[in-house]
Amino acid sequence: MSASALLSWGQHPPHPQIPHTCHWRDALPGTLTELARTHGSTLAFGNGRSYGDSCLATSDHVLSLRHLDRFIEADWTRGRLTAESGVTLEDILALAIPRGWFLSVTPGTQLITLGGAIANDVHGKNHHVRGTFGRHVRRFGLLRSQEGRLLCSPDENQQLFAATIGGLGLTGIIEWAEIQLLPIRSSQIHASVTRFEGLTEFFALSDELDRRYEYGVAWIDCAATGRTTGRGVYMAGDFAAEGGLQAARRTNLGVPVTPPISLINSLSLHAFNEVYWRKHPRSQQPRRLGYAPFFYPLDGVRNWNRIYGPKGFQQYQCLIPRDQAESAMHALLSAIASSGTGSFLAVLKRCGDLESPGLLSFPAQGTTLALDFPQSSRLDTELFPRLDTIVREAGGRLYPAKDAHMLGEDFRRAYPAWERLEALRDPALNSRFWTRVTT
Amino acid sequence: MKRILIIGATSAIATACARAWAEQGAHFFLVARNPHTLSQTATDLSARGAAACHTYELDVTRIDDHPAMLSSCLDTLTEIDIALIAHGTLPDQTACEGDAPLAVEEFNLNATATIALLTILATRLEHQKSGTLAVITSVAGDRGRPSNYVYGSAKAAVSTFCEGMRARLFKSGVHLIDIRPGFVATPMTQGLPLPALLVAQADSVAKRILNGIEHRTDVLYAPGFWAWIMLIIRTIPRPVFKRLSL
Repeated sequence: MSASALLSWGQHPPHPQIPHTCHWRDALPGTLTELARTHGSTLAFGNGRSYGDSCLATSDHVLSLRHLDRFIEADWTRGRLTAESGVTLEDILALAIPRGWFLSVTPGTQLITLGGAIANDVHGKNHHVRGTFGRHVRRFGLLRSQEGRLLCSPDENQQLFAATIGGLGLTGIIEWAEIQLLPIRSSQIHASVTRFEGLTEFFALSDELDRRYEYGVAWIDCAATGRTTGRGVYMAGDFAAEGGLQAARRTNLGVPVTPPISLINSLSLHAFNEVYWRKHPRSQQPRRLGYAPFFYPLDGVRNWNRIYGPKGFQQYQCLIPRDQAESAMHALLSAIASSGTGSFLAVLKRCGDLESPGLLSFPAQGTTLALDFPQSSRLDTELFPRLDTIVREAGGRLYPAKDAHMLGEDFRRAYPAWERLEALRDPALNSRFWTRVTT
Repeated sequence: MKRILIIGATSAIATACARAWAEQGAHFFLVARNPHTLSQTATDLSARGAAACHTYELDVTRIDDHPAMLSSCLDTLTEIDIALIAHGTLPDQTACEGDAPLAVEEFNLNATATIALLTILATRLEHQKSGTLAVITSVAGDRGRPSNYVYGSAKAAVSTFCEGMRARLFKSGVHLIDIRPGFVATPMTQGLPLPALLVAQADSVAKRILNGIEHRTDVLYAPGFWAWIMLIIRTIPRPVFKRLSL
């Protein structure tokens, strides 16, 4: 019961969560029982980087695990790390990089917790090579309100292992986890950057570069219309073979207050995107940069979510299966550009065919598009229904970790395993997202 | 490699300091009452790079047990470069007002036990003619306030004791730093209605403490702005002060 209430990263929907902080693993069972008894149900809360309502408890009382941030075991010869679920990926990297290890899979922010990475089975720029985060989880400790503490791995409690990876925190409290790290010889990235004129070129580049590089992602100009639709900048890279092993310093730069209105509007967006696109080279140019600007450009500005003003924002992230990807992406980008809204932060990424271990994992073979929109009531009534139709017809799906709007029927169609997760859900845990899409 | 003794090693501020020392490869002797949380803290520090972590279970109010702890510590570390005394509780002021034994018990834990530890540690460091004694007191010791004067007076006792002892130790090259944190987000302050703008994170307080130890600061307010706040609070005249419900 610490001082201030918590919101999700998008600050929408605005349901402040009362945090009940747990500082020691020993205190977890008691706190869980107590919360379930007084408030009906609860939900584990990490570092608050889920965008929509998947991290909001139905009861609005969350079990805050950010202070369960201890390391339990580190095996630097084999690159195996065991830690409590509240450690952030940033904490892990600060320890692992100087010893020659990196996360096998990392999303676009290092400010998420280990527990959150598992519960959302996050993916990153090397999905085509390594699959999702869950593939590198060796085992974890799960606390359930009825059964108590369980050890879950591919060999033990397999059903709960699969249901917990990408299980949105509903199968129990992830107390700790052991992950396999990736060896690196340098913390620098040897990157190749090139701009492209449209989606056809994006897919050609992705074909070529995904074979050559471990990491690849594209920034898309979501304001571009007509012939320029789908233009963007492709960034591919590998860890360099030499150049030192240094964890990046934590930044002090941040957005100190929430401005009264969103600073993102169609005027600022057009101007910014035009300049950004033009400053990148036409042909593939080699570049060397630190891992932090390559993987985590937005982490350089703390609390960047505040630029959208007090109403917050929503992220739309969908996955379109391979065969439909190009035509559906074209339709999505045209619909977004003609709506006049959107944001600078638009990302296109191809996912490979490596299977996700989780029952409800989002990634699958295909292409994923992610972009942010300043919150407005028209989003849910006009633009998102149009986009949802395109995604539905292409057989695609939306990412629960980013979502605050998807229809229950779309969710249940896209994630047919949801009933198996519901059967394994801990009755003491429930989220606003889960209530919304399953009833 | 620093050889560091921490008493109250599972406290949030001590842990934050220890993590920073662990990154430098320190050798620890960790003392706390609860064996479970103590061993979890030790494991964490080992994974973070500590050269070694020895743990010792102690109830600091059992003053007769202090010498055995110190001799075990010296068996392990040989010499002590830094001794951080960080144990403490935040007493329930209202409960203490109606319960003299409770008030005394709280005072003993926060003041008497600390004074006893300082006494045996000072003699030891004086003998080795080096090292730093770092004691966590509080801004609450700067002035007795109606809302927490049991806690405040215990911290004030330790601060005054430290001031005298510092001058004594100065002659033998031993340093004593009195660390006075303001509001810090820790299990101790959990649930208190604190003004969010004034609440610091344990990490940033720890950074300041390490810096203060390095620079042999005498009295360290953490975060630093508390020096100014307390300067103002100390200058409020008593006739006014007694009418305030701080």
